[in-house]
Amino acid sequence: MTATWVRRFEETAAAAEPEWLRPVRRAAMDRFAQTGFPAPRDEEWRFTPVAAITQAEFEPARPTHQVTGDAIAPFVFGHAEWPLLVFVDGRFDPSLSTVPPLPGGARALSLAAAIAAGDPVVSRHVGHHAPVEASGFAALNTAFIQDGAFVHVPAGVELTAPVHLVFASSGETEGTVAQPRNLIVIEAGARASVVESYVTLAPGRRYFTNAVTEVVSGEGAWTEHTRIQRESEAAYHIGLTHVEQAAESHYRSFTLAMGGAIARHNLHVRLNAPRIETLLYGLYLTRGDQLVDNHTAIHHDHPDCNSWEVYKGVMTGDSRAVFNGKVLVRPEAQKTDAKQTNRNLLLSEGARVHTKPQLEIFADDVKCTHGATVGRLDDVALFYLRSRGIDEASARVLLTYAFAAEVVEEVTLEPVRLELERLVRARLGAGS
Amino acid sequence: MLEIRGLRASAGGNEILRGIDLSVNAGEVHAIMGPNGSGKSTLAQVLAGHPAYEVTGGQVTYMGQDLLEMEPEERAQAGVFLAFQYPVEIPGVSNAYFLRAAYNEIRKARGLEELDPMDFLDVLEEKLKLVEWGPEIMSRAVNSGFSGGEKKRNEILQMAVLEPRLAVLDETDSGLDIDALRIVAGGVNRLRRPDNATIVVTHYQRLLNYIVPDYVHVLSAGRIVRSGGKELALELEARGYDWVEAPAGVA
Repeated sequence: MTATWVRRFEETAAAAEPEWLRPVRRAAMDRFAQTGFPAPRDEEWRFTPVAAITQAEFEPARPTHQVTGDAIAPFVFGHAEWPLLVFVDGRFDPSLSTVPPLPGGARALSLAAAIAAGDPVVSRHVGHHAPVEASGFAALNTAFIQDGAFVHVPAGVELTAPVHLVFASSGETEGTVAQPRNLIVIEAGARASVVESYVTLAPGRRYFTNAVTEVVSGEGAWTEHTRIQRESEAAYHIGLTHVEQAAESHYRSFTLAMGGAIARHNLHVRLNAPRIETLLYGLYLTRGDQLVDNHTAIHHDHPDCNSWEVYKGVMTGDSRAVFNGKVLVRPEAQKTDAKQTNRNLLLSEGARVHTKPQLEIFADDVKCTHGATVGRLDDVALFYLRSRGIDEASARVLLTYAFAAEVVEEVTLEPVRLELERLVRARLGAGS
Repeated sequence: MLEIRGLRASAGGNEILRGIDLSVNAGEVHAIMGPNGSGKSTLAQVLAGHPAYEVTGGQVTYMGQDLLEMEPEERAQAGVFLAFQYPVEIPGVSNAYFLRAAYNEIRKARGLEELDPMDFLDVLEEKLKLVEWGPEIMSRAVNSGFSGGEKKRNEILQMAVLEPRLAVLDETDSGLDIDALRIVAGGVNRLRRPDNATIVVTHYQRLLNYIVPDYVHVLSAGRIVRSGGKELALELEARGYDWVEAPAGVA
């Protein structure tokens, strides 16, 4: 499979592209040609065999014009006033997107358009943060950078409405691959909320999404980043989100993963200066034969930074979940306050979770804790609800939802939170 | 209303109730007293249908139905309410959501229409007064981070909303300071009606100064060893449980 990609790269390398991008892509391709896809022996991929992805022939998706606004409507949360960028099979679709003028010169547009326009913010950042060494998938995405979303909020500007990026898979043909590449730059003192949704218009279709998002958070910036992954349950989704934070910035992320036959998300955050705050919340809901993997890495490189991470999972059927959370504290990162929690609820005999918190601490004056739990619904709580007249099935759903809601509640932007609550309730079978 | 005959129950292979007989009529308040380990709380939990207890003998008839055949939720829907000794914390579920869900389940079972959140607020407003609470308690997660006293008040609030026919209060006085005790007992008293009944399970006589029982039963080693009027509680307070435990063997 690696050879197919190398050939494709050579075929497309001649295409017109700016000076700055060529070496970025070339270096990524060299890296990919050298290492290929992760192998089963790779420790980072031990519980997530990706042979089904790497040994299959996925064709780059052809542009389609069959998708209508009605098809996208269920995924846009009914907020017509939110800036909306829609990508179909990895390509920007202007007819489905609506971007009202944003305050203070903020911009939300397709990366392809920004590259073509020679945007200096794009050339400064794209490919400079997410390392191609992260994995063969990250390298591949970088080698084929073409389109995706570009969000830029200049210094001091506050966006009141969240920018919603929808990556829809049309499912028009089976076995296609899309590789969206996104760049989100929130400059010093700016404030913004970005929602990234990966959705399918053809549940049951087998396709592959290989996404990379780079987030750059300037000094004192406030960023809320919500990532919703609800691909087809027959599809494959590999995602890397790489975040760079400057001094005194606040970055909070919420990721919901509930789609994909095999889905993996790596969230890497680099704390590049003192007095940074990082909050990572995650929820994964798996059923059937799904395998959903979340890998997070928080790099505490400087003193006086706080990170707080809570990931929760609900597994049923014969599904599998993987959680790996690294917190790396360098010797100079004194007064680091890091707390990581991973809690899992297994609702069936067949469900499994592999959880691995990894603290690597090289500073001595720090407060770092982690905890992982795997359990079932509490019998006493179940009896308590039943003793109030709530039938057993409803009580189970209510307790399961309550377990999940604890992280959803951390989304500060109310319309986003309400939509997420609705989505999670629907998935867990809870009513209003 | 409630007829208990020869009720025996065990947990983890240990027999805790060893033949309980008790009749409770509408309009009555019965106090069940007894030393620790006598089976008081087990009796309360068995009546509510706690799955951890296995009923090994006897019958319980409630409003003409075989109570032991009913699921916990069916008992609640039929009007049985247990105020827990240790109310359970449920993070992530608001008190408002929980109470409305329970209220509507019980209304459904009685053939009544479910109430939407707005209409339910009206019901709630009046009930909150009973436990001297403002509406802010409703947005908090069920018992989550509540003090001991708040948890017990929340039980009484649930009882007020669900309007049971048979309320079983399991050690509702434990862990309460005098103000909370007054509020909790006041709530219970105002909920007393000629068509409902209350069983008060308690270790101490103190609660019975506030909730005055018609009958007092003393439980020892899984049996009722003595029954009497409210003066029995005072006698127990004065003389301790040893006094009644002694004749248990011959009772």
